[in-house]
Amino acid sequence: MKYYSEDHEWIEVKGRVAVVGISEHAAEELGDITYVELPMEGDDVIVGDAICVVESVKAAADVYAPISGSIAAVNDALEDHPELINQSPEDDGWIYKLKDFEEDDLADLMNTDQYFKFLKES
Amino acid sequence: MQETPLADSHRNLSARMVPFAGWNMPVQYTEGILAEHAHTRNAASLFDICHMGEFRVKGDNSAAALDSVFARPVADQPVGVCRYNFLLNDQGGVLDDLIVYRLGENEFYIVVNAGTRVGDAERIASLLPDGVEFTDESDATAKLDLQGPESAKVLAAAGLDIVALPRYFRWIKTTVNGIDCLLSRTGYTGELGFELYFPAEKAEAMWNYLLSIDPVKPAGLGARDTLRLEMGYALYGHELDTETTPLEAGYGAMLKLDQMPDRNFPGSNALRNGSPTKNLVGIKLESRRAAREGTIVFNGSDEVVGKVTSGAFSPSLGYAVAMAYLNADSGLTTGDQVLLDAGRTKLNGTIVELPFYSEGTAGIKL
Repeated sequence: MKYYSEDHEWIEVKGRVAVVGISEHAAEELGDITYVELPMEGDDVIVGDAICVVESVKAAADVYAPISGSIAAVNDALEDHPELINQSPEDDGWIYKLKDFEEDDLADLMNTDQYFKFLKES
Repeated sequence: MQETPLADSHRNLSARMVPFAGWNMPVQYTEGILAEHAHTRNAASLFDICHMGEFRVKGDNSAAALDSVFARPVADQPVGVCRYNFLLNDQGGVLDDLIVYRLGENEFYIVVNAGTRVGDAERIASLLPDGVEFTDESDATAKLDLQGPESAKVLAAAGLDIVALPRYFRWIKTTVNGIDCLLSRTGYTGELGFELYFPAEKAEAMWNYLLSIDPVKPAGLGARDTLRLEMGYALYGHELDTETTPLEAGYGAMLKLDQMPDRNFPGSNALRNGSPTKNLVGIKLESRRAAREGTIVFNGSDEVVGKVTSGAFSPSLGYAVAMAYLNADSGLTTGDQVLLDAGRTKLNGTIVELPFYSEGTAGIKL
């Protein structure tokens, strides 16, 4: 089940791990991504923290933690191939994974339908 | 905001439009900046540059007159040749960088930046003596840049004889798609390329025609910027402005100040009597992470030595590059390490010679 934040992150819970990336909308807005500053494995994050940066040719954007947890893994492929985010923003272009996350925080996020509605209304 | 005659064409191609110097321009089309950049370096791209300004100066003594207006000599410029030149204020600061075309013994074409065009027209016209005619033809003129190693083949497909195409920094008058145009072998990408000037009402016809020739694809201002940055070309408002002299930007030699001690133009006294307060350098960053305009440059002892004027990820090189002014007394030179303060982190860089990219095809013999 995928959830979205108002900052255009998506988060998908897969058992005891939650995978996070930026939405297709966000990737499109940014344009060609040229650099991703990945967070560190093991770091604890609080919901709302700006925990990494995604840069495009023309802009840079903070990626926030949609829920609290601990960084379990980062997508190392993005170091040499940040364009993966443009090619597959909501799948292969995932940015980091969380473990020991705060399940309750998911309640404050939107589901897919709600996110699309949110995009239309912005 | 102003729009070129091609604004609808861009929208039809789903271009992302952004404001630039008071104009609504395409920053990219659907394939994106990196693809448009690569296509220019590998094939051929077409850029809408209608927003730039074009002036015609005519009359007896126009050569001598313009020689007293611009920073670089005009009087000895041969007919058929284009020269990169500067319009300065009285302090030697740059009001605009531009290209002067010598169309004839007594006729010149001056191509200026979009944002400075109105001020340039006023100043140049005011500096010309009676008898020398000045006309601002910008609104009546369309300009398209066709750039890339395949661009000569594109013009051949359009019916032009490759042998008749102009040599680097020269122009010809010719006809493309039945439209009479001024065609110069000039550009802002570092690749083999041409700039076409023709009546504004033919803009769509020429744009569509050139796009129909394989492998031409449209490219926007985003790619135009990454291409010129890789070449170390100045962008007015960044590497050049009213507080910066051509000497500081590295263009002193072409002004021939020592060789022509009797040549005077606005700013010449300031250039001859003053000394540079800064100098332009290239910086190679150690990763893909860019240091953008305004980033402060530090030396190894944490002292401020300068500021970045342009910076981005370089698509052709795979790492970030920046152009920066270092204070004249920085003591730093090519090969030295610097630190760039990017806000949350400091980035490491090395001072390098410009251009960053040296595989460009701009000057090749056709």
